[in-house]
Amino acid sequence: MSETTEPLVRFDSVQKSYDGEILVVKDFNLDVAKGEFVTMLGPSGSGKTTCLMMLAGFEPATHGEIYLEGVPINNVPPHKRGIGMVFQNYALFPHMTVAENLAFPLEVRGLGKSEISDKVNKALDMVRLGGFGDRRPAQLSGGQQQRVAVSRALVFEPSLVLMDEPLGALDKNLREEMQYEIKHIHENLQVTMVYVTHDQSEALTMSNRIAVFDDGIVQQLAPPSELYEKPMNAFVAGFIGENNRLYGEVKEINGDYCQVELEGGGGMVKALAVNIGGVGSRTTLSLRPERTTIGAAKESSTNSLEAKVEELIYLGDHIRSRVSLSGNDQFIVKVPNSHGHVHLKEGETTQIGWEADDCRALDA
Amino acid sequence: MADNTTAGEVVLAADGLPLKASLNRAMRKSRRRALFLVAPLFIFVLFSFLIPIFDMTMRSVDNWHVSTLMPETTKALEGWDGEAMPEEPVFAALILDLKAGAISREIGKVGTRLNYEKSGLRSMITSSARKSKKVTEGPYKPQVLKMHKRWKELETWKVIKRNTAPYTIGYYLNAVDMKYDNKTGDIVMQSEDRQIYTTLFIRTFAISLAITLICVVLAYPISYLLATLPVRYSNLLMIFVLLPFWTSLLVRTTAWIAMLQSQGVLNDLFVFVGLVDDADRLQLIHNLTGTIIAMTHILLPFMVLPLFSVMKTIPPSYMRAALSLGANPVVAFVRVYMPQTLSGIGAGSILVFILSIGYYITPALVGGTDGTLISNQIAYHMQSSLNWGLAGALGALLLFSVLALYLIYNKIVGIDNMRLG
Ligand SMILES: Nc1ncnc2c1ncn2[C@@H]1O[C@H](COP(=O)(O)OP(=O)(O)OP(=O)(O)O)[C@@H](O)[C@H]1O
Ligand SMILES: [Mg+2]
Repeated sequence: MSETTEPLVRFDSVQKSYDGEILVVKDFNLDVAKGEFVTMLGPSGSGKTTCLMMLAGFEPATHGEIYLEGVPINNVPPHKRGIGMVFQNYALFPHMTVAENLAFPLEVRGLGKSEISDKVNKALDMVRLGGFGDRRPAQLSGGQQQRVAVSRALVFEPSLVLMDEPLGALDKNLREEMQYEIKHIHENLQVTMVYVTHDQSEALTMSNRIAVFDDGIVQQLAPPSELYEKPMNAFVAGFIGENNRLYGEVKEINGDYCQVELEGGGGMVKALAVNIGGVGSRTTLSLRPERTTIGAAKESSTNSLEAKVEELIYLGDHIRSRVSLSGNDQFIVKVPNSHGHVHLKEGETTQIGWEADDCRALDA
Repeated sequence: MADNTTAGEVVLAADGLPLKASLNRAMRKSRRRALFLVAPLFIFVLFSFLIPIFDMTMRSVDNWHVSTLMPETTKALEGWDGEAMPEEPVFAALILDLKAGAISREIGKVGTRLNYEKSGLRSMITSSARKSKKVTEGPYKPQVLKMHKRWKELETWKVIKRNTAPYTIGYYLNAVDMKYDNKTGDIVMQSEDRQIYTTLFIRTFAISLAITLICVVLAYPISYLLATLPVRYSNLLMIFVLLPFWTSLLVRTTAWIAMLQSQGVLNDLFVFVGLVDDADRLQLIHNLTGTIIAMTHILLPFMVLPLFSVMKTIPPSYMRAALSLGANPVVAFVRVYMPQTLSGIGAGSILVFILSIGYYITPALVGGTDGTLISNQIAYHMQSSLNWGLAGALGALLLFSVLALYLIYNKIVGIDNMRLG
């Protein structure tokens, strides 16, 4: 963030403990710019909901300060924060109709009757639920309820909207459809969104930036492409997308690169030194399956190792090959189903090669 | 999309039989199983509840006494128009009946029955039955008229004639403070000083309503606390709430006597604090106050449990959603939380109300005179006055009003929305 534009939301060394013994959130720092779509991504129990609840005001931060438009909000009660929120189970009021649900935030703000009905109708049209105002939430399908929840969180025009796994209860097709819908709403309304999910593809599809959570700290905060292509540690590399791991010991560091002796007896390989200790420390090499070549000549790749083909799975556009390489029998290689591609047979031995730039040496 | 069944067409299953019949056959087994499972309870309820209630209700209209114990008189009075004194055949029949009744010693029951309608008739019947043994031959009319002066009154005969019918609404009239005017045969109100049951019904309903309201007010916050507290605290608190359930009703009620009497714990405390003067200690028991306090305590769990079970199912996210939408906590509570607890309030209220209109032991022990309820009168007629017909009529009225309430509740709230414990 540049110094001139104030971030809309700022978490400043926030910590949270529920029981006074375990820190659920350890040291959370995050700046969210106006209009940005930031996703908190992490495995279950990593503290995503907790961070969102602290921002919404339902849980006090144990330590640290949260700023909204530069103002500390630790002591502002939730109803005065003006933050829209979509809950995991939608939390649509069951005793009110859809229209009454949408009117609720406007009524408590003391808007006039005609203005309310205008805004409610507009909000319903936005999520393509024009004729559904008189239904009860229980009479809607899951996807429709979800859309009502989104429009209810937006109808009072908050500058910030929080969503806690809003698509978790939907099936895969509907989830993908809703991902685009929410993304479009975000683009059209220019509203800032903080989104929580544990589905990495959802995070990659929707976000400007993703904060990967684990164990109460942000492991990496970066745009989707950077997160995928340049993971900063072994957790992120393993959490986002498919990833091959090889363990080894750092033997030599030359500027940006290092030489690593593989543990499985595969010999020396050259890797990008991203996140390693000194010479002699243990490291995890991370390698995307699609960045490896198979059966190629020794000289064309920086690194080339012998591998035994264990299993072949035909997936149409590519053939997924599980090989064993340097003692790792879960090493995945993707063979594109292109014209004249290499034909492997189970049990045969072949050469697997990769470039030093595609092989990132990370923490062990 | 086209409807693939037009109206009136019978849908067929794969084997060509009507789908309805196939479904019925498939369901029959599970229905038989269900029947088998409810059978023991059904039989128990039938014998311990339904049959006794039916019997009690029958007693409230049954009028067998005159027609069975004085069959001859009943037959002889059939054609009597009630305009003038009956003639000789009626008196002859009467003597026959009195003699038979005196031998079987059953005639007193007729006296008791007739006495409900007009006092003084019991002694007339019993003394005449005694005297009838000496009567050997007619004409009977002058002899009977000499036995008791009441035989000369046309009114007496009208009462007897009216009660030759095998069924009567007399007990129900009595239960709502009405009666037959014995001279004209019209239905009129009881005289002012004998009107007790309507006041008692009204008082019973008023007290029950008051208790229900107090229970809602007391139970709502405690249930909310129970539902929102972490389980380890709420379990402990729940034990305190349920404590009244686990002690005997009699122990609880006598404990209240010890607490509330004028030399009791509460009054001592008030005097000690200086709230009331030692000379005029509060009368908290053996009156309306005592009934309300003790019954509220006893019935409170019946309000807490349904409320708690409803509140337990309301996820905290609703309140949070309301807050995040900008409602302050009070508005959020009233507009979002409370409406969702209505079914619990309804269930608890109907439970407490129904239990309290039929409550007997507590008002009997701590109610004094102005704190007794209709059930105490029913018990009195069951046990002391032995007027089972009237007891049955009072009980049936109570039962019907409960059923009516239940139906109204069902109409307004819907019984399937009701959640109990
Ligand atoms: N109210 C609470 N009291 C005590 N501990 C809690 C509470 N809420 C959450 N926790 C604990 O805090 C940790 C983080 O919880 P949180 O709900 O933030 O996880 P999450 O990342 O949202 O997980 P999920 O993806 O499963 O929703 C968990 O270990 C959880 O057990
Ligand atoms: Mg969560």
